[in-house]
Amino acid sequence: MNGASPLPFGDVFFGWSWLDAIIRIVIVVLIMTVVVVYLTYGERKVVARIQQRLGPNRVGPWGLLQGFADAIKLLIKEDIRPRAADRWVFEFAPFLTFIPVLMVLAALPFARDWGVRNVTLGLLFVNAALGLNIVGIMMAGLGSGNKYALLGGVRAAAQMISYEIPLVISIICVAMVAGTLDLNAIAILQEDRPFLLLQPLAFVIFFTAMLSELHRAPFDIPVAESEIVGGYFVEYSGIRWSMFQLTEYASLWAFSIFGSVVFLGGWEFPMGSDWGWGWQLFLTFVKSLAWIIAVMWVRTTVPRLRIDQLMSFCWKVLLPMSLVQLLMNGFILVYDWPQELLTLTSGIGAAALVGFILYRTARHPSVAHLVGAYKRAGAQAQ
Amino acid sequence: MSIWPEERLSHADTEGFHTVDMTINVGPQHPATHGVFRMVLTVDGELVTACEPYIGYLHRGLEKLSEINDYRQAMAFWDRTDYLAGLLCEQAYCMAVEKLADIEVPERAEYIRVMLSELSRINSHFMFLGAFGADVGSFGTSFTYAWRERERIYDLLEEVAGDRMFPTYYRPGGVAMDLPENFEKRCREVLGHIFQGIDDLDGLLTGNEIFVERCRALSPLTTERAINLGVTGPVLRSTGLAWDLRKAEPYSIYPQVKFDIPVGLRGDVFDRYMVRLAEMYQSARIVEQCLEQIPGGHFLNPKLPRNLRIDDAEAYVRIEGTKGEYGVHAVAKGGNRPYRMKLRSPSFCNLSALSEMVVGHYVADAIIILGSLDIVLGEVDK
Repeated sequence: MNGASPLPFGDVFFGWSWLDAIIRIVIVVLIMTVVVVYLTYGERKVVARIQQRLGPNRVGPWGLLQGFADAIKLLIKEDIRPRAADRWVFEFAPFLTFIPVLMVLAALPFARDWGVRNVTLGLLFVNAALGLNIVGIMMAGLGSGNKYALLGGVRAAAQMISYEIPLVISIICVAMVAGTLDLNAIAILQEDRPFLLLQPLAFVIFFTAMLSELHRAPFDIPVAESEIVGGYFVEYSGIRWSMFQLTEYASLWAFSIFGSVVFLGGWEFPMGSDWGWGWQLFLTFVKSLAWIIAVMWVRTTVPRLRIDQLMSFCWKVLLPMSLVQLLMNGFILVYDWPQELLTLTSGIGAAALVGFILYRTARHPSVAHLVGAYKRAGAQAQ
Repeated sequence: MSIWPEERLSHADTEGFHTVDMTINVGPQHPATHGVFRMVLTVDGELVTACEPYIGYLHRGLEKLSEINDYRQAMAFWDRTDYLAGLLCEQAYCMAVEKLADIEVPERAEYIRVMLSELSRINSHFMFLGAFGADVGSFGTSFTYAWRERERIYDLLEEVAGDRMFPTYYRPGGVAMDLPENFEKRCREVLGHIFQGIDDLDGLLTGNEIFVERCRALSPLTTERAINLGVTGPVLRSTGLAWDLRKAEPYSIYPQVKFDIPVGLRGDVFDRYMVRLAEMYQSARIVEQCLEQIPGGHFLNPKLPRNLRIDDAEAYVRIEGTKGEYGVHAVAKGGNRPYRMKLRSPSFCNLSALSEMVVGHYVADAIIILGSLDIVLGEVDK
């Protein structure tokens, strides 16, 4: 982290890079805390809007302090450990779930060359760290001594391990096009156009697999509220429960920034390098916000898949499609064909994937027939 | 019926590994049981191998209370049975008392009853759509959509009867008071909203591939098996049999209105959902015809005795409740209270099919199969 930093505290510590690092970590963690508090508030507001409700509106103006009230409540609640729980496994699980997210935050670029550390293999590191999450979740599921938690933990393990594969392959596709694993370099390469335009199929796969990694609807099977009432964190309360909540929203935030760097141009597109760090931070903020709202939108409207449907969608649809993308990229890049071909092939792939799902939606003749017939029967009377 | 080969359901007892089936206690406090119902699922991994329902948490002694109270007092207990459509239960009770005592009901009262009962049926089916959507996992969006329309119906009931859920509006021999003056205008307004609300929910749920995939071909029931299990109502009609007491054994003014009986094709969960959706259109159609045909005259039989005393008599009355055949068996042996009042509750009989239907399916599916039966615990436990 040498050289000119766009932010005012780049090199002011006369080469004491450890002090610099500590200050950066503190800043990122503080921002993360505030972001998580307002993500919970924001999610409740967005969901309320879609569900024709008001959402939190009592604590502070427009309910803006709701998140802090919740945080204080959670901090002073009793920390219950069931007698059947495996003590150490139970108590350490929330932390082991949370630490990987912190590790990811250390490598994310929020503005040009500005993150806690500019990791040269950032793409690989972020993916590896995000995958570590599962250890804590498994521990919570197994250590709680609760059958719902056990089911949730086992479901989470099966799901996260499966969806890791298309997720990583879709990332590799971008890395192939970019020719680097450095997140800052990837952002700079998107000066003219975001990689979304070159790799739409990889984007669709990444977004889907990300929903699964985050346990968001329609892949919220490990935490399915109407089946296993919260899954692996069903026995947790107070501060340990809030660690899981923190993990959920922090990893949503981390994924949104990571995804916008990889696919949407991050802090670079458009005009990031020209207009300074203020504009770059604004771009990061807007893109991650749009990403997060899309995730929340999906959550409120889409029902949950069943575990076998989840698995078959991963192994029979997402994985082959991501491999096809990988293969196409390989041909085009090795033979040095024009870049427009990337857009074309990947666009066809994305259209095929989305079209396949839309076709499946429209393919039930009985559904359309039944609905149509019933509606006509009702309409005659009107 | 199961999608897994039969041997997968048995114990996997190979190579020194001894596995036992796990039992999961779903309920009495569980979001998917729609009240206080408990079922003990024996699961092999995610597959249900046995299901044992436990009921009685909401037992209030309805039948005994009816026997120790006056004929007119006891009616207040009856809309607490199927509390989502209380007026239908009142109708059955009143019809039983009228049959015991040979009381004539003025035609205007019959029209008022049918109109309000059909509105209650729509109300109950909205509740089903909302809760079923939440079971499948649409995160409460279907719930709030359904709730919006239910509020409108409840408001209308409040204007007519003075109460929202438990109007106690019918009387043996008619209804308690006449309709308010602007009822027709308000009712048409509400019906317009209802059609819009059904369309919204139809788009949200039926228009979603995941929802259809979760419900389609799940736990199909044949007509013979349904009859043998004593299943009635939409669940029976979804198997393809057009058995609706409003047509099969016409009562009240149903012969004078036009409506169709929607039937399913395969008797699976999706058909049960569709049949209810279609029934809502038909109910709205009946209300519209009633609004046009309703005659003037008395709303309560003017020749009613001051104190209802019934000598030896016995009557069994059954109507098409929202959940199925809602039967009341009344025995009078003199005095102003019945000797015996017996409720044949459709939810209770439909629930007896549950253990058979969920075996061999996933835990997640057991929840939505329970949801598709649309039980009301007030009616099951009496």
